Formats: sequence, C-alpha cells, structure tokens
Amino acid sequence: MYKQLTLAFNASVGACLWALILVLTPAVGASDTSPSDVEPVDNNMNFRIVADSKPSIRDDGESTADHSKFEILEGPFESGPEVTKACLSCHTEAGRHFMQSIHWTWEYDHPETGQKLGKKTLINTFCTNAKGNEGMCAQCHAGYGWKDETFDFTNQDNIDCLVCHDRTGAYYKTPNSLGNKACSVMFEGKQPIPWSKVAQGVGKPGRENCGACHFYGGGGDGVKHGDLDSSLKRPSHDLDVHMDAEGLNFACTTCHVTRQHLWAGSRYNVMAHDTEGVGLPGERRDVATCESCHSDAPHSYSELIGSKLNGHVDKIACQTCHIPTIARGGVATKTEWDWRTAGKTKNGEGFKEKNYTQGNGEHRATYKSIKGSFKYGENLVPHYDWFDGQMIYTTIESQFDPAKGPVEINGFQGSHNDGKSRIWPFKRMVTVQPYDKGNNTMVYMHLWGDDNDAYWGNYDFGRAIKVGMAKNDIPYSGEFDFVETYSFWPITHMVAPKEDAMGCADCHSREGRLNELEGFYMPGRDSFRWLDILGYLALGGALLGVLLHGLLRKFFSHKNQRRDAS
Amino acid sequence: MSSHAKNRNQDTTIKKRGEKHYVMLYTRYERFWHWSQALLIFTLFFTGLGLHGTHDLIDFRTAVEIHTYAAIALIVLWIFTTFWNFTTGQWRQYLFKEGVLKVIRFYAYGILVGEPHPYRKCLQRKQNALQSLAYMGFMIFIGPALWASGIVYLFYDLWSGYSWSGNGLFLIAFLHTAAAFLMGIFVIIHIYMTTTGKTPTHYIKTMISGYDSIELTEAEVAYIEETHAVSMKD
Repeated sequence: MYKQLTLAFNASVGACLWALILVLTPAVGASDTSPSDVEPVDNNMNFRIVADSKPSIRDDGESTADHSKFEILEGPFESGPEVTKACLSCHTEAGRHFMQSIHWTWEYDHPETGQKLGKKTLINTFCTNAKGNEGMCAQCHAGYGWKDETFDFTNQDNIDCLVCHDRTGAYYKTPNSLGNKACSVMFEGKQPIPWSKVAQGVGKPGRENCGACHFYGGGGDGVKHGDLDSSLKRPSHDLDVHMDAEGLNFACTTCHVTRQHLWAGSRYNVMAHDTEGVGLPGERRDVATCESCHSDAPHSYSELIGSKLNGHVDKIACQTCHIPTIARGGVATKTEWDWRTAGKTKNGEGFKEKNYTQGNGEHRATYKSIKGSFKYGENLVPHYDWFDGQMIYTTIESQFDPAKGPVEINGFQGSHNDGKSRIWPFKRMVTVQPYDKGNNTMVYMHLWGDDNDAYWGNYDFGRAIKVGMAKNDIPYSGEFDFVETYSFWPITHMVAPKEDAMGCADCHSREGRLNELEGFYMPGRDSFRWLDILGYLALGGALLGVLLHGLLRKFFSHKNQRRDAS
Repeated sequence: MSSHAKNRNQDTTIKKRGEKHYVMLYTRYERFWHWSQALLIFTLFFTGLGLHGTHDLIDFRTAVEIHTYAAIALIVLWIFTTFWNFTTGQWRQYLFKEGVLKVIRFYAYGILVGEPHPYRKCLQRKQNALQSLAYMGFMIFIGPALWASGIVYLFYDLWSGYSWSGNGLFLIAFLHTAAAFLMGIFVIIHIYMTTTGKTPTHYIKTMISGYDSIELTEAEVAYIEETHAVSMKD
C-alpha cells in the first residue's frame, strides 16, 4: 500500500514536472539558448519518442483481408494481451511460430562456438546489461510485461503483436516496471493507446516498426549501429538506395525474408560470404545477403573494371565499397562512451549536457549523470577487417586479462588467408565500463528499479554492481574497476548509389582505407622494400651512367678534334 | 687512322667492300613493331609505376585500364612479331655473334678516343654482337618475364581461390616489378645508345626512315639492281 502511494506520488510529481517542461520548452526555444544549457532533470529517457509518428508507406498491394472489417478487432480492449488474444483467435499458429523467434526468446545458442548468446544474458558496451534490468530494457522485447524472472515465456497472450504490426503509428511501448524517481518521470504524459484503432490497423511491418527498437539500440537514436537510425524511416536515394522512400521503398523484410516468424540475417552468426548467389531459378533462399539478389558477380563482365570488381567479391564484402560512410542521414552514432564520469549531480539531481548538434539539427547529450560521457560521429569511415561471420563474445562468464588492452565484448573471427573471410566494414564502439577487478570478468549492473540500489537513482556503482551480480547469482569479488571495451557492429545498411561507391584508389594507395590491414600484398598500397630500393637505385644508376658516358664522349671528342687538327 | 684498321673484322679483308649505298635496312613492319612497342612500353612503364605507388600522376582505376589494354596490345604485337621473325628468317639477327668483348671495349674506351666501331653494319647483319645479345636478352628474358608474370597477374581471379593465392600474388607482383625495373634499365641504355651514331640523332632517323648508308659488295649491288629485293635510294 505504501509503495503504491509512493508510486502515485512520484507519478504525479512527474506529471507536474512534465507539464512544466512542456510549457517552458517553446520559451526556451525562442530565447535561443545554447544547447549546453543544463536542464534540471534528465527528461528524455524515453528515447523512442519520435516527432514523426505517422507510418511510412509499405506498398505490397492490397491484402486479402481488411482487418478493420473483423468484428473481433472492434474491441473494446483494455490492454495489449487482449488484442493478442483476438489476433491469435484467427492466426492460430502464429503464437507458436513467434515463440521460436529470438525476438521472443532473447536467447541464441551459437551452433559453432557453443556460446549461449542473446540479450537475455549478454554484456554489451552501452547500458552494459539487460539482464536484471528488464523492467526498462524489455521495452524492446516483443512481449507484454517482462520485468523480472517471473515473466511467463509460455503464455501466448504475452506476445506483443502490435509493436511489429501496428500500421497506424499510434502504438508505443513504455517500460514494464517503474524505475527510480529520476527516471520514471520520463514516461508520463503520453496519450493512451487507442487499442481498437491499432488492432484494426495492423499490417506487415514498415521500417518504423522494426526501427522502433532497431533504430534506437544502445539507448537512443542511431546510438548502437551507425547504419540503422530513424533517418531510415523515410530515407533519400543518397542515404539508402533500397529503402529510398521515393524509389524502391524496401521494407526491412524485403531482404530479411521471413518464414514462420523467423527472420534471415543474424548478428550472432553472420553469413559473411554468400557463395550461392541468387540460387537456382525460382529457388527461395532464406538469407538476407546482397548476393541473394545481386548474385556473386554483380558487376558487368563486358567492362574491364567490372570484371576486376567481380574478382574482388571473394575478398571484399559488397558493403565495404558500397557503404562509403555510416551515420549519413543526419543522425549521429555514438562512438565513445565513458562510464567513469557518470554520477555527477547538481543540487542532488542528475543532469545532462547536450554539446553535440547532429546533422538534422537535434542536440545530443554528451553527458548524462546516469550514463557518463559520450562522443558521436557522423559520416563516419567504418573500421575494416577480415571477417568470416563468426562473432566471439565476452560473456558474463568469460575471464580476461585487463592488462592486455581493450576487451572485445563481441570480437570477431577472420583472416586474410583462411579462404573464407572477406574484408568487412564495422562500426567500432569504444567504451570504458565497470568490471569485476577481483575475478577479471564483466559485471551485471542493477541500473533500473524503484529501490535504493539502482544506479539510476543512487549513482553508486558499488551497490549497483553488488546487487546486479547477486540477483543473478554471479560470483562477485566485491571490487570493481573500469576497463576499456570494444564492440563491433558489421555494417550492411545505408547502401549508397553506385556512383557514390568507393573508388579503386580509396584502398589501392599508400594512405588508403585498408592501410591497417597487414599480412597480404595489395597493389598500389604495398611495395617490396629491398626490390624497390634496388630498382630505383639501378634506374638512377643507369641514368647517371649514360649521362657520365655522354659527358666523357663530349669531352674526348673536343680533345680528339684538337689533336686531329694539330 | 691506319693503325686502327687492324681492329676491323677479318671479313672486310676477305669480302671486298664497295661503295656506300643508301638502302632500306629496317622494313615497314620492323619500324611499326619498333615504334608501337616503344610507345606501349612507355605507357606500361608510366602506368605501372602509378599502380606500384611510385607516383600519383594517374588515377588508379584509369591506370589499371590503360595498363591492361596496353599489355594486351603489346602481347598481340609480340605474337605477330614472333610470327614475322620466323617467317622472314629475321630471327637469325638475334643469334649470338662473336666479338662481344670487342664491342664492349669499344663503348667503354674506343668511342672516347675516336676509334672506329669494330663492327660494320651490312645488309644481312644489322646488329653488332652486343646489340644482338642485348635484344636476345630482351626477347627471351625481360619480355617473357613481364608478359608471363603479367598474364598470371591479370588473371589473378582465376587462381585467387587457392590457399596459396596470397603468397602467389606477392610472388607474381614481385617478379613483375623486378622485370619492369630491368625493362626500365634496358630502355635508358637503349635510348642512350641511339645517340652514339655519326650524329646523336642518326640512329633515330634511321629507325624512322628505315634507310641507312652502308657499304655494299659488288655482288649485293648487282643482286639489288637485278631483283629490287631491297629498296635502294642511290
């Protein structure tokens, strides 16, 4: 009872603050205050509020069913699970299919490495762990109400059909549990969801449906991937030739083909080199590779350069040349994150500083008390390396030597001479985050919760880590420190028009993009040290020799002439 | 001068040399071969140095295109020329001749002190012993090293799938570069040698017009007048 009262109190305080901010915002805008102005409360926790909430156009032709004509979808509905029940009353097998999906399980057993992966347990280099923070993080779980261990993964009514299938734009998700006061205020003041309207307005997912989570991975627009952000909702031709809203207008599922609610294209087990291409005539290939449409020899053999480019396909991923830079759509991606600076307060309150203005004019936080300091990048040249598709994770169980440099949270495998790797572009994220100093493992932090131990409230790493580890039964030495980590995000979206693709000399030159890759010979970049020295010396020697010979001839011919004359 | 006469080939004392005549020594095809080959080699050398990263005067992509097409053209030219050499019997010009050391001695010393060339150009022997040796080296060593490594390089995509392709590419590029340096040295010396004629441009003019003034035996003159097998201007 006491708790509920507190919640109600928090909520009403929050609502007042929210209203106050709404009232103040236009005035602040008009007075042209600099973006670094400190706001008293970090009020944009709900990072998925978007100004443009109208759906994008997905034109698959008219469906055989108009969902607004189904009586059962008229409602009235009080909650999401009630809508799901209605969906499943016709789509009788959809629930069973969907429960196989990683969008539901958040688990992935890697067939090659045997590692147990998935958001359910993984450490990441952003908010560090969803585990134990599901009340916040499972906003991006396609289900209703996952806030702790008690969530029922076998109850089909818990499936959230609408987050993917709402085509009205009126549906949204909020955290499954209230966080600390510092956070909970952020989710107030939203219009209630018009359940009947969204239930009747379902359809195949548009880019913003997938984007509701995948554009905002890592805690904000474009934060994680660099090649996925809200600019892809209605991208221009220059930004993405396939998703071009005025052109091909691909939905995500145009490439990420789906069979029984399972999607092609895994980040845990990437198909980094598709040698099958388009497959046999009429064959359906459940892969999201470029080659599955464009073949493994997509350039014209009738031109010399085309033939040469086709010859690159075995060593160079399509993305390497055709995605010259990432974060091109006016939305920045986070490149560095330092947790060490988190926890500063002003007058006992958390705050944020917005010192980065991205291409589309929005100001991005460069400091947040709850998270630390950030750096951003736009039009970024990716990090390139050999990649065979295998990601190797540092999980909560992995031990590492912090003295050996940055810990690769999702390292990857590949080499120039394994016969299968290709050079891929990655976004590399550099983070400094807490780890268990005694056990040399990563840690689970208890970030989210309406309690005194949650970091997002008390700004106390020691308690947040202790509780985060204890509540998930992970041994903890009791001492933490900070370690630099890397995470790598293979780049595959934001494919540029072909005239913007990289040129030969972008790599085939002394100062090219692949300068850091070693161990193999690349024309135009590499030379043969001793041969070159010898060769240039010999050429110079020959020139000098003939010059000298010529001078001698001239000198002696005068002498001979004089002698003959005398 | 008379003391140097002893250095002359014995031939001259056996076969009686006659007057000098202005005759066609280098036929139209030979000159076409020579000058198109020169142009292609210069093109290949320039673009090749660009591809190698020695200079940035040409865009890599353009350099690849020009280098490839010029290489194909040169290979075609060489195939024709090999055919020409064998059908005309001109390949004998490149056979080893005695007297290489004498020619070397001449260029190292004799040319400076005004000695006459130890070798005399005649109708059936256009090249001196050193020339023959140099051109033979060009044709059986530098040339093949370039085109053989170049073809393997050009068709990298056919063997890039093998596990040894990485080392193979290094080796092929190494050989091709090394041979290109040798070609460069050959060209520098070759061009310089053209200035050692009667006048600095005499040999170049000869290679353009095809005519040179050489001594003909009476029999040769009679043969030419009878058959018109060789063009003679006087």
